Amino acid sequence: MSDKRLTFKKRLHIIKHHYRGKKMAPAFNALHTFLFTPDETTHSGSHVRAADDLKRTMNTVIMALIPVLLFSMFNAGYQYYAAIDAANGTVRELSVLGNFLTWDNFWIGIIKVLPLVIVSYGVGLLVEFIFAVIKGHEVEEGYLVTGMLVPLIVPIDTPLWMLAVAVIFGVIIGKEVFGGTGMNILNPALTIRAFLFFAYPTWMSGDKVWVHNAVDLAGTPDAISGETILGSLAQGDVYSYSISDMFFGFIPGSVGETSTFLILLGGLFLIFSKIASWRIMLSAVIGSLVMGLIFNGVVDQGWIGDTSKFYGLMSFPFWEHLIVGGLAFGIVYMATDPVTGAQTNRGKWFYGFFIGFMSVMIRVFNPAYPEGVFLAILLMNVFAPTIDHYVIRGNIKRRLKRLKNATILPKDSEGEEKELQVETA
Amino acid sequence: MALLTKKDASLITDPLADNNPITIQVLGICSALAITAELKASIVMAIAVMFVLGLGNVVISLMRNVIPGKIRIIVQLIVVAALVIVVDQVLKAFAYELSKTLSVFVGLIITNCIIMGRFEAFALANGPWRSFLDGIGNSMGYGLILVIVGFFRELLGSGTLLGYKVLGDPITKTGLYATGYENNGFMIIPPAALIVIGIIIWVQRSKNVALIEDN
Repeated sequence: MSDKRLTFKKRLHIIKHHYRGKKMAPAFNALHTFLFTPDETTHSGSHVRAADDLKRTMNTVIMALIPVLLFSMFNAGYQYYAAIDAANGTVRELSVLGNFLTWDNFWIGIIKVLPLVIVSYGVGLLVEFIFAVIKGHEVEEGYLVTGMLVPLIVPIDTPLWMLAVAVIFGVIIGKEVFGGTGMNILNPALTIRAFLFFAYPTWMSGDKVWVHNAVDLAGTPDAISGETILGSLAQGDVYSYSISDMFFGFIPGSVGETSTFLILLGGLFLIFSKIASWRIMLSAVIGSLVMGLIFNGVVDQGWIGDTSKFYGLMSFPFWEHLIVGGLAFGIVYMATDPVTGAQTNRGKWFYGFFIGFMSVMIRVFNPAYPEGVFLAILLMNVFAPTIDHYVIRGNIKRRLKRLKNATILPKDSEGEEKELQVETA
Repeated sequence: MALLTKKDASLITDPLADNNPITIQVLGICSALAITAELKASIVMAIAVMFVLGLGNVVISLMRNVIPGKIRIIVQLIVVAALVIVVDQVLKAFAYELSKTLSVFVGLIITNCIIMGRFEAFALANGPWRSFLDGIGNSMGYGLILVIVGFFRELLGSGTLLGYKVLGDPITKTGLYATGYENNGFMIIPPAALIVIGIIIWVQRSKNVALIEDN
């Protein structure tokens, strides 16, 4: 088609050969292979390669995240203007085409959400490049998904330098010290979130950080509020969002966590493209429902009165836990991380179940952290290898038992079948 | 004539780097995690341990030939306990605020693995002078790490050093805080010390590959 592009590609190949063996080679190769397939052939070993390599896996997840990102940009503006209206005593009625998908809303998204994305990718990839050059290996693609997840799980007004510090910490301590992509114990995006949460709690929780500008306007006559539903519940306040608002995501919250609908679509896309495990997602949903039902049951039994500080969250209908806060986002995009999650099929059921179970439990029992999802997933990340270990051992035991009880009938030298007990010790 | 022979000098210098009690032997971690949120506490802790270990090593070394082997741990404990009580009382008398910051961790010097480790590994087999040097060396190695960790944790976590507001005032927003900088609350909590020590271990072993253990 276009000769120019071909020559560009060829030129890149030439530069690459020029750089071969030099210190900067990994950094250049990363950029190069991001755009084009390398011009090399395999010299030994297997010559057949699957097309869904790490890079394509990562890109699939990013595709599943794009709708969430776009929605969050509109929602950033919508929540901002809705909060201003609320502060002036008027109620902003939602109309999707009228006052949601507007250029004004999107502009807030561009000036607030895009910088988060850029900083996350810029800093994270810089750290990856530096480590690749120091260690002399190819740049790993691990950060592609993390870099997109991070801006979606932080509050909108997170100062960019804090994000940068957290990303440096998360990539180095969460991933590089363990040996890089595929070797990490904890999900890097959640490590970054946890670091932010413990390092700068005033920017990561409370009733001000979830809506753009609410922090700056606090204490002024124009003060606006941006309390999340979980925050309101934890304080026993009422909130004014309908079920459909919660499901479609027209609520305040971390940048990308609000729209359960789009997260659900992304999750289905990941399941059908066989990138993410449906077992983990399903069992996590079941786990959170079970815990929610237990709490609802406690309230129904009258064991806990409406004066209790847990009443608000405990009496919250069990299934609504799934559509508020970051639970859905965590289940679909974080819990299913193939590196840090359980590897065995049976283990995935346990792993997912406990993520859902613990998330709701932390939400209810620790009103200071209404968002317990990231803690629950990090905790289960730590336990995932243990779960796998016991699943595998259980499997070995079961099969050994089957083998012990099996009767094997080998033919003896005269062609007659002879019963023989297999020895397994 | 040198003050110390080369062999004696290495008793002091080795624990500072290639045989550091914290980063190489991984002893005494508990107190390193607990009291390093402030530089001042780290320094006082380091001095306290230096006093206890230096003197304790000498006492044990002097008694090494008369301690019955079967009850040597008990004798060692009595020696440490006596010295620790002295430290504790001195702190309470002259630095009450600090002794409250250090709380139980002064008493817990008794259980600091470095001290029992040096008694067992060195003082029981060497003369008093060499044992003294070994005690001072090891407690300096311990103190060095404590001070490094305390320095970073106090600077990043509270924005102060030894109580002085070196980065400006976070309330009135002066100095660095005027630019929007904020203290890192993560550095205040003990897990941060674990990570800082981990980074020190990482840096040290990548500088000196011989220190990396084979598995």
